[in-house]
Amino acid sequence: MTAEPTSPLAGWTDRLAALAPALIVAERPYRSQLTVRVSDPDAVAAMGSALGVAFPPVPCTFSAGSGPFGDVEVLWLGPDEFLVVAPPGLQTEIEEVLRGALGSHRGSVVDTSAQRTTVVLEGPHVRDVLAHGCSVDLHPSSAPTGTCVQTLLARTGIVLQVTGADTFTVLVRSSFAEYLAAWLSDACVEYGVAS
Amino acid sequence: MTFRKPTGGEIDRHTLLRFTFNGVEYTGHPGDTLASALLANGVHEIGSSVKLGRPRGIVAAGSEDPTSLVQIEAPFPEPMLLATTVELYDGLVARGLAGQGRLAPEPDPARYDAKHEHCDVLVVGAGPAGLVAALTAARSGARVVLLDEQNQAGGALLGVDEYLDDRPSAEWVGDIVAELRTTPGVLVLERTTAFGMYQDGFVLALQKRTDHLGFAAPAGVARQRVWRIRTKQTVLATGAHERPVVFADNDRPGIMLASSARTFLHRYGVLPGSRAVVFTTNDSAYCAAIDLAESGVDIALIADARPDAPARLATECAARGIEVRAGQVVTGTEGPGRVTAVSIGDTRIECDTLLVSGGWNPVVSLFSQARGKLRYDTELGAFVPGEELDTVRAAGSATGELDLNACARQGREAGSAAAAAAGFTPGGQVPLPVSDSRCTSRSGLVVWRVPGADDASFVDLQRDSTVADVLRATGAGLRSLEHIKRYTTIGTAHDQGKTSGMIAAGIVAEALGVELAEQRPTTFRPPYTSVSFAALAGRDRGELHDPVRVTAIHPWHVANGALFEDVGQWKRPWYYPKPGEDLHTAVLRECRATRESVGMMDGSTLGKIDVQGRDAGRFLDMLYTNMMSTLKVGRIRYGVMCGVDGMVIDDGTVIRVGEERYLVTTTTGNAAKILDWMEEWLQTEWPHLDVHCASVTEHWATIPLVGPRSRDVLAAVAPDLDVSNEAFEFMTWHDTHVAGVPARVCRISFSGELAYEINVTAWYGLAVWEALMAAGEKYGITPYGTETMHVLRAEKGYPIIGQETDATVTPQDLGMSWAVSKKKPDFIGKRSFARVENNRTDRKQLVGLLPVDPTVLLPEGSQIVETDRLPEPPVRMLGHVTSSYPSAALGRTFALALVRSGHERIGETLYVPYEDSLVPVTVTDSVLYDKEGARRDG
Repeated sequence: MTAEPTSPLAGWTDRLAALAPALIVAERPYRSQLTVRVSDPDAVAAMGSALGVAFPPVPCTFSAGSGPFGDVEVLWLGPDEFLVVAPPGLQTEIEEVLRGALGSHRGSVVDTSAQRTTVVLEGPHVRDVLAHGCSVDLHPSSAPTGTCVQTLLARTGIVLQVTGADTFTVLVRSSFAEYLAAWLSDACVEYGVAS
Repeated sequence: MTFRKPTGGEIDRHTLLRFTFNGVEYTGHPGDTLASALLANGVHEIGSSVKLGRPRGIVAAGSEDPTSLVQIEAPFPEPMLLATTVELYDGLVARGLAGQGRLAPEPDPARYDAKHEHCDVLVVGAGPAGLVAALTAARSGARVVLLDEQNQAGGALLGVDEYLDDRPSAEWVGDIVAELRTTPGVLVLERTTAFGMYQDGFVLALQKRTDHLGFAAPAGVARQRVWRIRTKQTVLATGAHERPVVFADNDRPGIMLASSARTFLHRYGVLPGSRAVVFTTNDSAYCAAIDLAESGVDIALIADARPDAPARLATECAARGIEVRAGQVVTGTEGPGRVTAVSIGDTRIECDTLLVSGGWNPVVSLFSQARGKLRYDTELGAFVPGEELDTVRAAGSATGELDLNACARQGREAGSAAAAAAGFTPGGQVPLPVSDSRCTSRSGLVVWRVPGADDASFVDLQRDSTVADVLRATGAGLRSLEHIKRYTTIGTAHDQGKTSGMIAAGIVAEALGVELAEQRPTTFRPPYTSVSFAALAGRDRGELHDPVRVTAIHPWHVANGALFEDVGQWKRPWYYPKPGEDLHTAVLRECRATRESVGMMDGSTLGKIDVQGRDAGRFLDMLYTNMMSTLKVGRIRYGVMCGVDGMVIDDGTVIRVGEERYLVTTTTGNAAKILDWMEEWLQTEWPHLDVHCASVTEHWATIPLVGPRSRDVLAAVAPDLDVSNEAFEFMTWHDTHVAGVPARVCRISFSGELAYEINVTAWYGLAVWEALMAAGEKYGITPYGTETMHVLRAEKGYPIIGQETDATVTPQDLGMSWAVSKKKPDFIGKRSFARVENNRTDRKQLVGLLPVDPTVLLPEGSQIVETDRLPEPPVRMLGHVTSSYPSAALGRTFALALVRSGHERIGETLYVPYEDSLVPVTVTDSVLYDKEGARRDG
């Protein structure tokens, strides 16, 4: 017998789809996520080469690219803290590879894949909806594509990535995911979605 | 009789709006406020005063009005709104108030929200100065936000009939607004009041978005919005309020500020009455008098307090047959309600309206909130911005300037300077308008009050506070305006003293014989105008009031009828009642099933922290009272954490995952706090340690499987795992597969029973739970909640942090000296254990209590005393009951308690006052069930 996984927003698929066209919202579940603490430049570079994606050199940004683990993103979360995000099912291999790259340097690698789930938001109102609950300036001049910040959306902590002109990616702690979905649904009422 | 002019004003005479006020039906037009519509119908009396019950009317035309408070009854009850700021809509039902309204008993069906906005230049006020400032900043390319509390831009221009550059002022305003609206990066918000200004350019504003639509307001649109604006630079073009003069019986309906009457005339086409007396100390009221006279109001007299009337304006009045008397003041009024006559010295003049002007108060509230210093302007008789701030500039009549061209110039300079300070270079210069206005002179006389009946001379009309009250305060020795404000309550009503504060300060200065320039004005505080709690709450209500955190297994709990307990923000299953069961019967069933066969709970909320690094063991040795570095890989140890004071702050298990890696668990409520605690020590005291911590609380779903048949259930779903006692010892862990899913299984027990804790990636929590339920079916596996968990652990004397402890309890008090290392050179809290206080033998210690009557359930929190009769107070309290339950295993009730010298008292009888009696209880060891630990291995 093999158990099937359930994602934090599995029960919200239809309700989130109903927010279109005001807001196109979709969960991207089960992605591989690893919390990395590292500050040694050699170790940072080694990890980047192992993934085929250089770690973001600038605070509040993320880098993205393709390598042996497919499309990988590396999110800057703090002065020595990063989140490596990769397609589902690769967390064990990536943990091993990153640990190898870290070598004897100070740091840590932790599988946090199920700690957060990913929600992709897009549409012409996306900045408006986010501005109802997020105090960060999301104007393109202030938060261009490639921006990545840890902040609050309403009353839940999130990691927010600006991934395109009108597209954002939100990473939210799994236990807060349904709150986030309920909040997004309510915020979309202003933009023509039935309450 | 109608007081509506046939033409003029920003109203739509072709559309009739029906409304009801104080039970009478009236009509008005789109563009009206409730106040203007009432005045058009000849209604001046709005309500009565809060303390004295005196009739009160409409004093001003805007948000500075001290008196026209109304209660809206329909479409939805809303208290304490000003008739002067309620835009009229069809079907409105309202009534006047005597100072207090009533909140609706039913929930407000309207939506409210908030929005964050960021800009380079924020301009508050869309009068001439604000418009020019905003356009100047916008032309430089800056991101600009322009706020105005009215439903249309124009500010003071809305209340006059001036021509700017030889065309109606509305055209000039319209052109600027049109350019602003089409400039990218500019946001213009009407009906939006900046009500709070805070540090670092943070400004709160309330936008009334659909209030004016009444019954027609669309349901999906937030009725009001709180804008949370962060700006680099701010221009305050907040204008000025006309100031009254205080005299005897100055509170009657029909007594109105002169400029407000002019506003009602020009903006709404409404006449304030038929025959008016004007009382002024400055030029501006002359314009009101002349405009009203030209509209057909009989101006009986202008009493000018100055020794000489202004020659040019006096000539214009004479040409219209208006008598002007210089050096005269109003000394009293008459009337059953509305004013019917005015006394000027010995002269008595019949009238239905008295227009008053005592000069102008610049609106400096936001400037003061921004910590700008105010300066007293002796010529103006008012406080004005007294310094330049790096990020906040005032412009226009907010600075005391009253000439339109000069106000616009200030706006242009402020807009340009603000844009430059935000890093923008000027764009095209905005031309300054030239006005045809007659009244711009500042040559006023500062008059606070006309001597007369002090107890009928009202300073704050809303608070019913009089000159007599002010003089009583100064007579009692009060000198500070802040103290006098609180003593008299002047300036504490809905209007925050917009018309009364300055006058109160002036009367105080006169009474004390001091210069106002040396007086410190009272501090202006948010909100500038009233803001409803509903607006502040926004969408944070109902299910969104506070985040509800749920585990991966939550849907199963809901589907299976669990009742939930809130633990912090988490929803945890409390118990799973079967039909007909209450809490006690359900919990007794869950406890019995678990102790006799097998039970299972969702423990996913438990805090989990990954601790990695070469110094992880050293670090944990410092955090816990017991030794962790000696733990072998594959093993688990229970540990206690103390604060620096030696008091227990948390407990949990530590799993050694690898040579340089541990997994620490915390209590549900302390997960974030303990991670912060770890980071604080690592970052501030021990940065040399090679340790990193990461929260993995939500990465794992955690399922305790508990009871003598738990081994059988686990064996059925974990075929790779040798579950025998020899292969899988107590306090060890194994990685394996459970229901085909990679799992870490720990042998930990919080009940004394044979128990396992199954950890899987949270995605698989629900499926593994269901697999365990299926595998346990033949053993009657019983899901249980937090209540049963509490009972099971209490029977074993295991404390719960926060229930048995309250930041005054040491590990020794809990009977856990065994968990406090004697070998370690140091750990957090160690030093405190040597303190005399910590070694007293009469500390409160954890014990069990068995009521002599085994059916008596002691209330948690009960006090414990020594004697079977209460002595005279004060009665010595020995401690209190921390936990109390009926127990299926013990066949009776029991309790845990913290009791003075508790460990020495085992076997004694103590007493618990309960209802009207003293309940005898026997003190026992805290472990009440299976003292030998025989059940641990199944």
